[in-house]
Amino acid sequence: MNAPLENRLFDPAEALPADALRSLQTRRLAETVARVSRVPFYREALARVGVTPESIRSPDDVRRLPFTVKDDLRRNYPLGLLAVPRAEVARVHGSSGTTGKPTFVAYTRKDLEGWSGLCARFLVAGGLRPEHLVHVAFGYGLFTGGFGLHQGIERVGAGVIPAAGGNTPRQVMLLRDLRPEVLVCTPSYALHVAEVARAEGTDPRDLGLRLGHFGGEPWTEEMRLAIEGEFGIAAFNNYGLSEVVGPGVSGECAARGGMHVAEDHFVVECVEPVSLEPVPDGVVGELVFTSLTKEAMPILRYRTRDLAALDRSPCPCGRTGVRMGRVVGRSDDMLIIRGVNVFPSQVEEALLRVEGAAPHYLIEVARPGTLDEAVVKVEIRPRDFSDEMRQMVDLRDRIDHEIHSVTGIRMKVELVAPNTITRSEGKARRVLDHRKERR
Amino acid sequence: MKIRQLSLFLENRPGQLRVPCKILGDAGIDVLTMSLADTQQFGILRLVVKDSEAAKKALEAQGVVVNLTELLAVDVPDRPGGLASVLEGFEKAGLSVEYMYPFARGPRATLLFRVEDPERAEKALSQHGVQLVPAAELLARTAAR
Repeated sequence: MNAPLENRLFDPAEALPADALRSLQTRRLAETVARVSRVPFYREALARVGVTPESIRSPDDVRRLPFTVKDDLRRNYPLGLLAVPRAEVARVHGSSGTTGKPTFVAYTRKDLEGWSGLCARFLVAGGLRPEHLVHVAFGYGLFTGGFGLHQGIERVGAGVIPAAGGNTPRQVMLLRDLRPEVLVCTPSYALHVAEVARAEGTDPRDLGLRLGHFGGEPWTEEMRLAIEGEFGIAAFNNYGLSEVVGPGVSGECAARGGMHVAEDHFVVECVEPVSLEPVPDGVVGELVFTSLTKEAMPILRYRTRDLAALDRSPCPCGRTGVRMGRVVGRSDDMLIIRGVNVFPSQVEEALLRVEGAAPHYLIEVARPGTLDEAVVKVEIRPRDFSDEMRQMVDLRDRIDHEIHSVTGIRMKVELVAPNTITRSEGKARRVLDHRKERR
Repeated sequence: MKIRQLSLFLENRPGQLRVPCKILGDAGIDVLTMSLADTQQFGILRLVVKDSEAAKKALEAQGVVVNLTELLAVDVPDRPGGLASVLEGFEKAGLSVEYMYPFARGPRATLLFRVEDPERAEKALSQHGVQLVPAAELLARTAAR
């Protein structure tokens, strides 16, 4: 591994003292409420709850605002939530729209500047310096990843190779020949690049990369270790979504104890996904963001469906922005079993701990009497099958133990034969909730 | 010398035992002996057949999880204390028996033993004067019937 990173701030605002941050947030929240009253959707929603810009006295007043969900964006397709005249739009991006029509977001010139500054923050926090050359293997297009990171890198003053997505052998060639110090892509693509490099006879460690900034999808600590081992780099996590701004909402510093949220640009809340009440720090809940500086398309209390915990303890790096942990799942997938919130991703994490790779599993929940019962069916892999009953029982017990330690509840673990859990459209179904069938 | 055994993973629900038996039947493979170990939730079916490679192939082609392991076959003297004297051979060598079951065919009382170290067990038993049945002879006995 490389020498420890020198801690450097891109923007002094990253280390604003708490008082200064709160008064800045209050002022900007009031401005945002004023700005969105030009949008019919928000004007009506604000009128219903009786919030005016003048009534905003602290950042906590954000809780009086109405929530916004993905469907609100769809209902206002394509640009119904625009808060500035169309002539002021400098760029349009969009979500992938895997489940139907894409949703669009718009930026003014000033929005683009603010956004590139946010990307520059996490890039510098994670070691990017003006003398570096960065290989960006994110798609350039409606997706915010490519252009967002590209602008951020240029803002830092570093060089960019806009490799974009696809054609992995060519990506390996670019990495080998141009020798960038930094790789930017999704974590799963980084592992794929390493695989392809290896298949071509190039040791990924010989590419000379030193840093990686990965985002665009949830990943695990195990993946971080795998990527760092493959390339011999330090790997950093960043977070963002187009509805909020794109990448740059938060990112890791050298301490890597969570991603610092740019709180001078966003108010973040962490809520229980059903009651929508705030959860205590350290407890996983759904992240909700309110933009504070966006002009073209400000957003109020956007429910991200992303599940993570917040950490307000001081960070050794000196940044004051609250840190969010890794995204551990989506609230759409959440199960409530005997009153405890459980996510399929937690079961997956437990299985990874036991076997070293994610096998196929299915969580079945039923309520035969008055209590919920959860059964996890885990497919065994031929190489895990032992002729010894003791070893098989031991395998089941270890899975049982890990699931209990990760989720906090007991589930009945059943080992099942390979390929017996139904797969649909290439994606395995993870949950079968029989309780819903009776309602 | 050693006997090859197929171990199959079975879920503990109706019809699961029939599946591998049907596959072997369709492939024309004769089961010489078998033993079923089970927990509440899953089972391990252990089989000895003539052509273990062909059986493994046929089963795996149908998605059955199969493991190949080696057993020792011992003709146990048919008299009081006969089995005890055989077990003494394992014990003296400090080898534990994982499980055992009878070889159902043939004229003698033959037991199949699964032990942690078949190589060492083989030597230890021979030294102890226990008669081990080589695989070829065991299979020949079934053909002679």
